[in-house]
Amino acid sequence: MDPFLVLVISTAVKIFIFTFVLILPIIAYSTYAERRVSSIIQDRVGPNRVGIPLTLFGFKKDIPLSGLLQPLADGLKNLLKEDLVPDHVRKFFFTIAPALTAVPAFLTLCVIPFGSQITVFGESIKLVIADIDAGPLFVFAIASLSVYGITFAGWASNNKYSFLGGVRSCAQMISYEIALGLSVIPVLMVFGQLNLSDIVQHQADNGWLLLPLWGEGLTTERILLLIPLFISFVVFTTSIFAETNRMPFDLPECETELVGGYHTEYSSMKFALFFLGEYAAMIVGSALIVTLFFGGWSVGFGLDAAISEMTFGGLIHLGAFLAKVIGFVIFFIWVRWTVPRFRYDQLMKLGWVVFFELALVNIFLTAGIMMLVN
Amino acid sequence: MATIKVTRPKLTLLEKIYLPAVIKGLCITFMHAIRSMLGKTPGANENFNSSGLGVTMQYPEQKWDDQLPDYYRGVPALVTDEEQRERCVSCQLCEFICPPKAIAIIPDEIESDDPWAKVEKRPKEFDIDMTRCIYCGMCEEVCPEQAIYLRKDYAMTGLSREDMVNDKKRLYEIGGVRTGLVNKWNEIK
Repeated sequence: MDPFLVLVISTAVKIFIFTFVLILPIIAYSTYAERRVSSIIQDRVGPNRVGIPLTLFGFKKDIPLSGLLQPLADGLKNLLKEDLVPDHVRKFFFTIAPALTAVPAFLTLCVIPFGSQITVFGESIKLVIADIDAGPLFVFAIASLSVYGITFAGWASNNKYSFLGGVRSCAQMISYEIALGLSVIPVLMVFGQLNLSDIVQHQADNGWLLLPLWGEGLTTERILLLIPLFISFVVFTTSIFAETNRMPFDLPECETELVGGYHTEYSSMKFALFFLGEYAAMIVGSALIVTLFFGGWSVGFGLDAAISEMTFGGLIHLGAFLAKVIGFVIFFIWVRWTVPRFRYDQLMKLGWVVFFELALVNIFLTAGIMMLVN
Repeated sequence: MATIKVTRPKLTLLEKIYLPAVIKGLCITFMHAIRSMLGKTPGANENFNSSGLGVTMQYPEQKWDDQLPDYYRGVPALVTDEEQRERCVSCQLCEFICPPKAIAIIPDEIESDDPWAKVEKRPKEFDIDMTRCIYCGMCEEVCPEQAIYLRKDYAMTGLSREDMVNDKKRLYEIGGVRTGLVNKWNEIK
């Protein structure tokens, strides 16, 4: 077959499957997981009722699924609700703001490697939508665009609480982006490249970044490097928390001071889009942490070469990747119900005084270790 | 007033780093989540009829009706006495005292050939509008014949406003029979 045609078709199929078949359901079910996990931590029950309402169609019994269809019901509810646009808002910006928060989160998905590769009709296809040589940079560039959505939402709402929420969120995201970008530099120094698929392949061969137990990972250099890499993992993860406006950094939403923050004036599907964007950003963040620090799709322990040999070994890798991402999403939820939220000045201090410096020093520490060992 | 000076606690280096404290907190919530799933958290025992996840009861399946106190004020209803006679004599005191004007009574005379003719009056219509009722219990307190009681039912639902009006027949259905208390109409006693 014509290689160009293969590229176009395979990319289209990959875009469809990764976004609509894999990530959208994971987003929907992470809202369900959020509610169930938090209810377990807080001694509650959570949504456990929604099943298939067969009685509505004349059958005798419903099929109870212990609330597993809750996300579907929520989505349907949001679609059917009245889309209320207040008179005092800037209509244009008010309308595009939700899309501007949701779109960047989905766009960043395209450089995340979901699995190694599968062979279909004799063609070996990499399970990544865009295999570009600037993966992390692309993610940071696109992900920071979601600041615009939040700022527009806060400003166009023409409401002082929304405005303050938008300003807070904007300041928070911009501050933590610096720590985010700097903390990833030691990682890139270790790998020596920016292509996320190659980074994952390297980890599959030589040990995950934070678990160097096989391949070249057993050298003194890698074991010494664990110290700066652990620091950059902590800084990176915390910055992702702040970037995605999750607890303990969820200052843009604050009932006591700011009502609902930047989405106070939004209703129905527009509100749902903010929600979707937030959770999509959380999942992309988790995917990035997994890809950079925990070996992406790699199963680990030197098994990956054998799995890659298989025709559909890529699907096993895909499963491993999704399992890791879901684990991280649950970690995000778990942290939410553990750590009390920060005060705004504490948040800014942590970002600018602690993490910025820590990430800078960490770069020199990594460079020093690499220089001394070689 | 004595002034109490509170000194901030001295933090050790580990506490200042904050990360060990976060990990400790994560352990605490994780252990609690495990105990919560095993149904071992405080309150998740049979004392509270709970569903096993904390003290939460799952309402339609699990109820606490047997724990309702005797003075519980639920749906008001009319009662009959031990000889199936309706106790209400249609004095309309409850109608007049009812704060939200939920009760509407149309009085009726008892015919002279009735064995209870000397009671003279009974209600022809007795409607309680449950969309108005505030469950205050004043009707029960004011009734000289002890004919109206607030029962322990609380789940009054209906699909229309008309459904929510309890007529005489339904009120007697809910109320049932109460014996004793008022014997003045009974010649034997």
